[in-house]
Amino acid sequence: MTFLFYLFSALALMGGIGVVVNRNPVSAAFSMVISFLGLAALFIQLDAFLVGILQILVYAGAIMVLFLFIIMLLDVREEEKRRRPLVNIIGAGGVTLGFIALVISVLSRSDVGKATIPALTEVEGPGTSDVHQIGELLFSTYWFPVQIVGVLLLVATVGVVVLSKKELK
Amino acid sequence: METALTLNHFLFVSGVLFAIGLAGVLVRRNLIIIFMCLELMLAAANLTLVAFSRFNVQDGQPNYDGQVLLFFIITVAAAEVAVGLAIIVALFRTKETTDVTKVNSMKY
Repeated sequence: MTFLFYLFSALALMGGIGVVVNRNPVSAAFSMVISFLGLAALFIQLDAFLVGILQILVYAGAIMVLFLFIIMLLDVREEEKRRRPLVNIIGAGGVTLGFIALVISVLSRSDVGKATIPALTEVEGPGTSDVHQIGELLFSTYWFPVQIVGVLLLVATVGVVVLSKKELK
Repeated sequence: METALTLNHFLFVSGVLFAIGLAGVLVRRNLIIIFMCLELMLAAANLTLVAFSRFNVQDGQPNYDGQVLLFFIITVAAAEVAVGLAIIVALFRTKETTDVTKVNSMKY
């Protein structure tokens, strides 16, 4: 259990570093897929099976394929090797390390974070899976947000079609 | 030797992944890669939601509200990627580049 956690979080973090470091956009996209796979495995380790599968299907499947299409459509070259301004690197590194330090200091002070994983009671039978529970919540408590998300998807679809037109009238 | 996993483990991984995405947004010049790093930050925040959902057990079941929120986040992220990439394509048509340093004027 613990070993798997370290394995998959290392996978997720390595993939993330790969996205930042790779000059070739296609390699960056594939590092991103690795990172999302590691993240999905962490979700499944947290007993969130539905969102783990959704993460793989939507992110690694749909979104990354879209990215790869655009990379190939635009024929994006490797970023040429050139010296970046040192100020840039130092600034970004400072902000990032500062953020990590902030996370560590907050986590080390809170008592909430020291909780170990509480056990779940195993229930058998229909209507007890997490898919069923989430579906029931979506169509009872959260029915209004679901409608709004539907409208949002429609707006996004229309917007993409309009944006992709050659000439805007 | 085997230490039990705590909430901190998951929150730390989430925070570091978010920081990596932040570094990418600040350092990279390619618009597409900056966009990918934005997605990485969004996904890192998802891990926090799932972790809190799993650690907040009521009646032996995880708190599914967090996972429902995550469902909405994934949907919005998909819509955002579609629109964002369309904008990048439109930008590439007019400027012939995806380098953010060369996109420094709004119209001309």
